[in-house]
Amino acid sequence: MAYFTTVAANCRPFARLEPHRVVLIVIGLVLITAAAVFMRWDWLADYYMLAIAGLWRSIWILIVTCVFGFVLALPLGLAQVVGPSWLSLPAKAFCTVIRGTPLLLQIWLLYYGLGSLFPQYPWIRESDIWPLVRQAWPYAVLALTLSFAGYVGEVMRGAFAGVPSGQLEAGRAFGMNRWKLFRRVWLPQAIHKALPTLAGETVMQLKSTPLVATITVVDLYAVSARVRQDTLVIYEPLLLLALTYMVLTGLLVWIFSRIEARIPVRVG
Amino acid sequence: MTATIMAIPRHAVTDTAAEAIHVEDLHKKFGALHVLKGVSLSARDGDVVAIIGGSGSGKSTLLRCINCLENPTSGVIRVNGEEIRLKPDGNGSTLPADRKQIERVRSRLGMVFQSFNLWTHMTLIENVIEVPVHVLGVKREMAIIEAEKLLARVGLLEKRHVYPAFLSGGQQQRGAIARALAVQPRVMLFDEPTSSLDPELIGEVLGVIGDLAREGRTMILVTHEMKFAREVATRVVFLHEGRVEEEGPPDAIFGSPKSERLQQFIRRVG
Repeated sequence: MAYFTTVAANCRPFARLEPHRVVLIVIGLVLITAAAVFMRWDWLADYYMLAIAGLWRSIWILIVTCVFGFVLALPLGLAQVVGPSWLSLPAKAFCTVIRGTPLLLQIWLLYYGLGSLFPQYPWIRESDIWPLVRQAWPYAVLALTLSFAGYVGEVMRGAFAGVPSGQLEAGRAFGMNRWKLFRRVWLPQAIHKALPTLAGETVMQLKSTPLVATITVVDLYAVSARVRQDTLVIYEPLLLLALTYMVLTGLLVWIFSRIEARIPVRVG
Repeated sequence: MTATIMAIPRHAVTDTAAEAIHVEDLHKKFGALHVLKGVSLSARDGDVVAIIGGSGSGKSTLLRCINCLENPTSGVIRVNGEEIRLKPDGNGSTLPADRKQIERVRSRLGMVFQSFNLWTHMTLIENVIEVPVHVLGVKREMAIIEAEKLLARVGLLEKRHVYPAFLSGGQQQRGAIARALAVQPRVMLFDEPTSSLDPELIGEVLGVIGDLAREGRTMILVTHEMKFAREVATRVVFLHEGRVEEEGPPDAIFGSPKSERLQQFIRRVG
């Protein structure tokens, strides 16, 4: 006799206050109270607007680079699975280079390298893209997008290759054309297979966003650095920063687990 | 190599029935392996053709060539009188010349696989309405009404919102049959539909297939279930080493096999 359960059904109810949970909650409350009483938080009044703006910038950089990076990752993964060599080799090379070099280096190469080339051409300075390319954030977004695409391209390569051939054959046997087969069967199954890894990559991407502060983009991390410089308060902004990233990470993990739970998985 | 062209026997099927499937002098090579060596096959509307034979005789390959899941090396395939246009692929084999044509032909052939191949990311009813809605352009509401009828028919109505992973093999295969029926197929193609089922689940699937045969559906059935083939088939084709060794009405094939190979085969599996 086989028993079928879903992942959701396996989760224990969270509401029960077991003794160890009570202890943990007490410790947490003590720490928070201690932090509030013994540490300096007066700077918050002056900087909270800036912090919220920085938080928002971090979040939209994360969303934009993940969305565009993912869209770019699909052809990168697909080319490596079914592409002819003139497509699969460049895709493989791109993923290898991106994954083989530090993200900080990529951001600096784009910003200081590419970014310093543009002003040398008068026609660029007179064109409509000049207001864009003279700012820092487009280079940050581009670098993070390419980086995400490189990592996720490799993930999607495995995910595409891992969809059983019978699933695709069933689509072909019922007259699906290649695009429909991709959109209705291959892509959704590959994404579902890759979801746990994609959640991890997205969390990593969140923690990569502070690097944009090194090229003058004022994200959440840059605000904490600013507070440190202005007020010489060191630990409090960093603690708050850590807490914020943890909350964001928890949020991302929760969102992904909700997406995953849409298709129940048979356990045991 | 001479083609095995056969006269078309008629018994259960009337003379006026149109030819649903016509295969002529079909060859299929996988590299050096010559799997089909000039096979011809014909099924008229209402025919139930059972293809039997030992493993490696080419029966599944023959079935998969009919809807070009395998591209034949050479030969002629006609579905409902329409010849599938093939072009050389440059490696001595063929490809469908007209992708649109092969997609249209496939969308009216109901294929049932050995390993079910229900789409794992969709519930049962989503599986059944997928092709009607997304390939044939049926309205979703209409497709759902039809799908519920079909699922009720194969005894799975209460399982319609369940994902395939939570169904038994027999339930999955009955669901796969409902999915194939949903395209209102001119011909049903069964590729060893019970071969990957536990013995106690085979009966429920054969029951459904038997009902379809009795209501006069045109079907081509690759099977190892000899008793079942004898019961439901209007004609049995025995393949041996890529050729049609013998074919005829089931009573003749199983009751008085002529060729020595078929006699051996029936002794072994019967």
